[in-house]
Amino acid sequence: MLAKRVIACLDVKDGRVVKGVNFVGLRDAGDPIELAQRYDEQRADEVVFLDITATSDARKTVVDLASRASEELHLPYCVGGGLRSVADIRQMIAAGADKISLNSAAVKAPELITQAAAAFGTQAIVVAIDAKAVAGNPNKWEVYVAGGRTPTGIDVLAWAREAARRGAGEILLTSMDRDGSRDGFDCALTRAVARAVPIPVIASGGVGKIEHFAEGIIEGEADAVLAASVFHYGEMTILDVKRYLASVGIPVRL
Amino acid sequence: MIAVIDYHKGNLMSVARGLEQAGAEVVVTDDPSAIARASAIVLPGVGAFADAMATLDELRISAVLRGAIAENVPFLGICLGLHLLYEQGEEGALEGADGQAWVLPQGLGVLKGTVRALPRTDEAGKSYKIPHVGWNSIERSPAFSEGKRSCALLEGIPDGEWFYFTHGYAAPLSDADVAFTIHSVTFPSVVMAGERAWGVQFHPEKSSDAGARLLSNFVALAR
Repeated sequence: MLAKRVIACLDVKDGRVVKGVNFVGLRDAGDPIELAQRYDEQRADEVVFLDITATSDARKTVVDLASRASEELHLPYCVGGGLRSVADIRQMIAAGADKISLNSAAVKAPELITQAAAAFGTQAIVVAIDAKAVAGNPNKWEVYVAGGRTPTGIDVLAWAREAARRGAGEILLTSMDRDGSRDGFDCALTRAVARAVPIPVIASGGVGKIEHFAEGIIEGEADAVLAASVFHYGEMTILDVKRYLASVGIPVRL
Repeated sequence: MIAVIDYHKGNLMSVARGLEQAGAEVVVTDDPSAIARASAIVLPGVGAFADAMATLDELRISAVLRGAIAENVPFLGICLGLHLLYEQGEEGALEGADGQAWVLPQGLGVLKGTVRALPRTDEAGKSYKIPHVGWNSIERSPAFSEGKRSCALLEGIPDGEWFYFTHGYAAPLSDADVAFTIHSVTFPSVVMAGERAWGVQFHPEKSSDAGARLLSNFVALAR
């Protein structure tokens, strides 16, 4: 049986980890590869490198990162942020990325998903969706783009279905309402998307305590759970999380 | 020297580095004579069945691989590299000229049978996500778990160990199976062809410690 996954996300700018990292024993707290290797030791199932560099001339640092990861990391990893074309994606895959994630560019030009899936296989294409609840309507969420700054008027469930139909292999679903709140995943949102698409859904945004991970999987029906700060700041290790998930009967790789 | 076969489809760094970290000297090559001289061969999993086999034929590598396996040169096929050990595969099949019969691409034919697409539902009608992507566990086949046969490649790796899989096609069950894995169907995840040739459906180079152990077992056999 496939294990439920615990994924660590690293925000990277100009090739360096940006969010403050308080991790005991790192030689270089800003090196994404070294941090990812620590997560490997803690039994992370996957790592996402999210490039938040705004300018396209900095793309080379991300390609270098993907290429170093292919040599030094023995885990599957996904690279996202700012990928706009099949050529951008091809660079990352050629550098060794197992998966890439698309966000704003796919909303702007959904055929990019179709083209990328045809060229590299559905397993390599993750569509990231930033979702925000629509006021006054408890079961409706809107897609936001440009790092969560711009509302699109697009319904999250409709977009998730279209992404899956076009060949997305996974949905990385971030609740903007919960992101940074430490109140736990938006399980209603996650469950609604998980039931709407036949592909795995990764829950993201809002983790504050260890129980939240189990809620995302059990109540949210997510196939994978993703977090960043609780791991970076060393509040809990990935191994703690996986032992906890195993203790409540969720199949995980230990 | 272990030859990692380059069939021009993608990044082989993680496989090469995984073997190097297990203590091997590695050459990534598409040169049949270098492959014939190697002390061991790794056929990584990149691309699709029909396409990969066409490239191996074109580069005149197929015959070298069949010869090396017959002579018990240590061989490890990873993912598609496992699939190519079989007679034929559905992936990349072409519709026949008469529009009726499907022409299945031929593999190396070291093992019997056809590699087929994983079904989307199990026998009970339950749906599964295809391709099968993620961490799944392996269990030894009865002959191996009962100790009647042994497999040096899996030494030190317990039943139930987790490996990283990403594939939409799987090999048929047969006597060649060393270990199997369950998704929508039960399929072989480790197979043995003769004395020293193996195929693994998962990616040891992406499977953290367990994968590193398997690669170092292989490197030890290649000495």
